[in-house]
Amino acid sequence: MFNFFILILIYTCIYAFMSLGQNLITGYTGMLSLCAAGFFAIGSYATAILTKLGWSFWATLPVAAILSAIMGIIIGLPTLRLKGDYLAIATLGFAEIVRNVINNWDSLTNGPMGIQKIPQIMVFGMNVSPYKKYGFLLLEVVMLLICWFLLERLASSRMGRALEAIREDEIAANSMGINVTKYKVVSFALGAAVTGIAGCLQAEYTLSVSPGSFVFMVSIMVLCTVVLGGMGNFVAVILGAFIIQFISYFPQLVGLSNIIPAQAKQIIFGLILVIMMIYRPQGILGRKERNNKKAEKAWLEKKEAKA
Amino acid sequence: MSMLETQALTREFGGVIAVNKVDFVVEKNMITGLIGPNGAGKTTLFNNITGLDVPTSGKVFFEGKEITGTKADKVCRLGIARTFQNIRLFKELSVIDNVMVGRHFHTGSYKNRTVQAIMSYLMVEKEEKDTYASAMKWLEFFGLEDLRNEKAKNLPYGYQRELEIARALATEPKLIFLDEPAAGMNPQETDDLMKTIRRIRDLGITVVLIEHDMKLVMNICDNITVLNYGQKIAQGTAAEIQSNPAVIEAYLGKDEDEEDEE
Repeated sequence: MFNFFILILIYTCIYAFMSLGQNLITGYTGMLSLCAAGFFAIGSYATAILTKLGWSFWATLPVAAILSAIMGIIIGLPTLRLKGDYLAIATLGFAEIVRNVINNWDSLTNGPMGIQKIPQIMVFGMNVSPYKKYGFLLLEVVMLLICWFLLERLASSRMGRALEAIREDEIAANSMGINVTKYKVVSFALGAAVTGIAGCLQAEYTLSVSPGSFVFMVSIMVLCTVVLGGMGNFVAVILGAFIIQFISYFPQLVGLSNIIPAQAKQIIFGLILVIMMIYRPQGILGRKERNNKKAEKAWLEKKEAKA
Repeated sequence: MSMLETQALTREFGGVIAVNKVDFVVEKNMITGLIGPNGAGKTTLFNNITGLDVPTSGKVFFEGKEITGTKADKVCRLGIARTFQNIRLFKELSVIDNVMVGRHFHTGSYKNRTVQAIMSYLMVEKEEKDTYASAMKWLEFFGLEDLRNEKAKNLPYGYQRELEIARALATEPKLIFLDEPAAGMNPQETDDLMKTIRRIRDLGITVVLIEHDMKLVMNICDNITVLNYGQKIAQGTAAEIQSNPAVIEAYLGKDEDEEDEE
């Protein structure tokens, strides 16, 4: 059972990466995107194909992230002028295109069969394979912490403020000298890159990839995670990822998978979301307020020094 | 040379000509008023100058350079700021953050964009301190400094209007467009607004305002342009406008007897 809990944590980390990316796109910039599965797939397949060619993990990881980011820019440039539900439909279409291309491009992706026997990863000379769960989890947690720190930093900078301004009012932000298109594309590409990292880890953990893992439900799950945890709060979405994964695997965890069918989790998700929307629409932790305390303190000190 | 000039600016929406060959002139360091009945095309003219809309034909010149069709963010960087008729604040952000957004393009001090991106990343704290201090100056200008940590949406209406002007001023414009700044204000607030607009002019910032409050317009505007059905029907000082028959006709309608004669 404890081993199973570790497994949940490993999946939590993978979903946490996707949620961080989705949070940057939806929580901060306010773009309703539904193509997490698409970027996830690109990251996964890039990793699978490149490691099979003999690339090391540290060479594959950035390529997977950058490829996802490039796809983010390609889809972002034409679609980001769309708003709200129109953008959602367009991005949803993109995710389906990615899945269908993967499904049919036999020479590169081996079609519906997927790619098996992906080489296990070596980190600093150590074999961090799925069979050594603690090592893999440690690697994931360290990467997640770095990624979280970098994103948090980004959000507290002037760029983060510009993204929030775009979310609140695009026209006003534009009139305040913010290049809305540029920031939307950058945000989309960064979110895609982080989601690509999740794909990379997924491929390295399961050691096989197939188009069936990148269905529409994945994007929905990621969106649910962000809404459940709290839009615009990176810590909250990591918490959300844990809750979603814990509920998904709860029947197996307590050994009731014979009694409770796997489909039950979708009913539970639905219930949770309905309850959340009624009683706590801002999510468990809610949006993170911008923190100007340090700057405020410096300003007050300067003011007192003058007086 | 005038500060801002439009030449035969026209904007058509399908068959409707919202702005029809308007020559609008703004002189430096003056307060220019733009008045006209509802639907006269005042806001459309503002939008076409500030880059939120692209004119069908005609040209816009700012400080002698053509800026027709320039995007809104570039127009703002050139030194033209604006407020909106229906207040457009960043509602969920705090008051100070709203003004700090106005500081956005002043905070990038490195010319190389990559260097800028990395430096602003490494030096977030320092940059934020500078931005905060310069944004506070504008809140103090309006006496809003005690409300700095409130969410913008929680401010009373009058303060929201002021905050929007503060945010526009934070971009350090040479020219500011105010779209109906006195809308929904009581007489006392309107008087305060008049003083504020004069203070803005005294900072060396040219002011253009759309307003329906005739007391305010006639009191503070050095130059008034009147639009009706998209066309410029008059231009001049307050006294000239008040006695202009075309303006009186636009606002009050034609005398019935005259119509009979025609």
